[in-house]
Amino acid sequence: MMRTILQGRLLPPPPINLRHSSLLSSPSHSHSNLKFTSKSSPSTPTLTMASIKVHGVPMSTATMRVLAALYEKELDFELIPVDMRAGAHKQEPFLSLNPFGQIPALQDGDLTLFESRAITEYIADEYSEKGEKLLCPGCNKVKALTKVWLQVEGQQFDPIASKIAFERIFKGMFGMTTDPAAVQELEGKLVRVLDIYEARLSKSEFLACDCFTLADLHHLPVIHYLMGTDSKTLFESRPKVSEWIKKITARPAWAKVLELHKQ
Amino acid sequence: MTASAFEKWTSLTGIKVFGHAASISTRRVLLTLHEKNLDFELVHVDLKDGEHKKEPFLSRNPFGKVPAFEDGDLKLFESRAITQYIAHRYEGQGTNLLQPDSKNLAHYAIMAIGMQVEAHQFDPVASKLAWEHVFKLIYGLTTDQAIVAEEEAKLAKVLDVYEARLKEFKYLAGDTFTLTDLHHIPAIQYLLGTPSKKLFTERPRVNEWVAEIIKRPASQKILE
Repeated sequence: MMRTILQGRLLPPPPINLRHSSLLSSPSHSHSNLKFTSKSSPSTPTLTMASIKVHGVPMSTATMRVLAALYEKELDFELIPVDMRAGAHKQEPFLSLNPFGQIPALQDGDLTLFESRAITEYIADEYSEKGEKLLCPGCNKVKALTKVWLQVEGQQFDPIASKIAFERIFKGMFGMTTDPAAVQELEGKLVRVLDIYEARLSKSEFLACDCFTLADLHHLPVIHYLMGTDSKTLFESRPKVSEWIKKITARPAWAKVLELHKQ
Repeated sequence: MTASAFEKWTSLTGIKVFGHAASISTRRVLLTLHEKNLDFELVHVDLKDGEHKKEPFLSRNPFGKVPAFEDGDLKLFESRAITQYIAHRYEGQGTNLLQPDSKNLAHYAIMAIGMQVEAHQFDPVASKLAWEHVFKLIYGLTTDQAIVAEEEAKLAKVLDVYEARLKEFKYLAGDTFTLTDLHHIPAIQYLLGTPSKKLFTERPRVNEWVAEIIKRPASQKILE
């Protein structure tokens, strides 16, 4: 079914899914859709519309960013796996969800979105009254500072950190070898960014303000991967950064995202 | 307007941009201010002298990049955060740079997607091409044609998506000009003066869209 990114176009309602109190559907089918509830559900099955669908895979950093936001907001959603190895993300029907051929994409009723950071912002705004607040409450000034640190993650941190994660972890998965010179160069850049974070976190409990926001959340997936590599020393050697990482990775919503890696 | 005339006006609004008139990211902010008919002072930062990598500039942006921005006692950096601040804070005046129904979150999300696409898909490639074709020459370096070829291939793929999008809508986020379109303008203006221009002109809807957005008075002002 074609899902297009349009304003207010009426599409047929999504299929009705049976949800049970168990958290996961049985993995007996290779392409089973994984249905998740964030809170404990009533013990009898209920008929519901699975209004939010995420197309992606649990190991993908960008998908994890969106899942973290959904869990923080205690929203029910369905994770629909995309067969990356078969190149499903570069073909229809996925391209109708994201013409750039990248996961994740999200559907909420008849709205289709892509770009993880646009999706998380939508989740934070649309469901502002549910679950955890992911944006600093307050006036324009506070919102503006949040935007600054959202940009910092996207423009200063992620381009470097993602490349290190690619070198140290993902290359190995694809049968390629880590380039130590590249890692060294990238780490040289990352430490300059982390020094700035250290100074910032000496003045503010979280990056944008004194509450946990999307600006912090967006870092979680890549930091999670890097903390499992030798690059972790760059974070651990900076006390404020280290403290911040401990705080944000201890959040229950994040633990739920990591649970998905165990399936 | 002369520098001194600017200074006279700034006492009214208190908006200052710390940057370089030729810098792509500085221009993103200047465009937004012009679209909003806001008075401001452009405080020149001498990039060739490395002023952006030293104090006092680093206190304005610890990442040592232009532009930095001030509106009264609010201090910001990152051009796309600044433009969003301006678009929201001054929503009532000048050009509306948000969606027509600015409270509609679904429509806002569509615009947000476009802004992410510009930042993550378009700009890294367009900036590399601008660096190779234009800025390298200013620093006495030579264009690397292999990089140009590689980056043009990436840009072609992005512009194919834009072409399909612009067949359905007049602008990237819908039928009106928004921040999403604006963020592209400075890099496009540079690339139109290079061989990479053909990537835009050979795609009819992209070509029309480019013509529309660069002929805007604000877009012309930043070239002065």
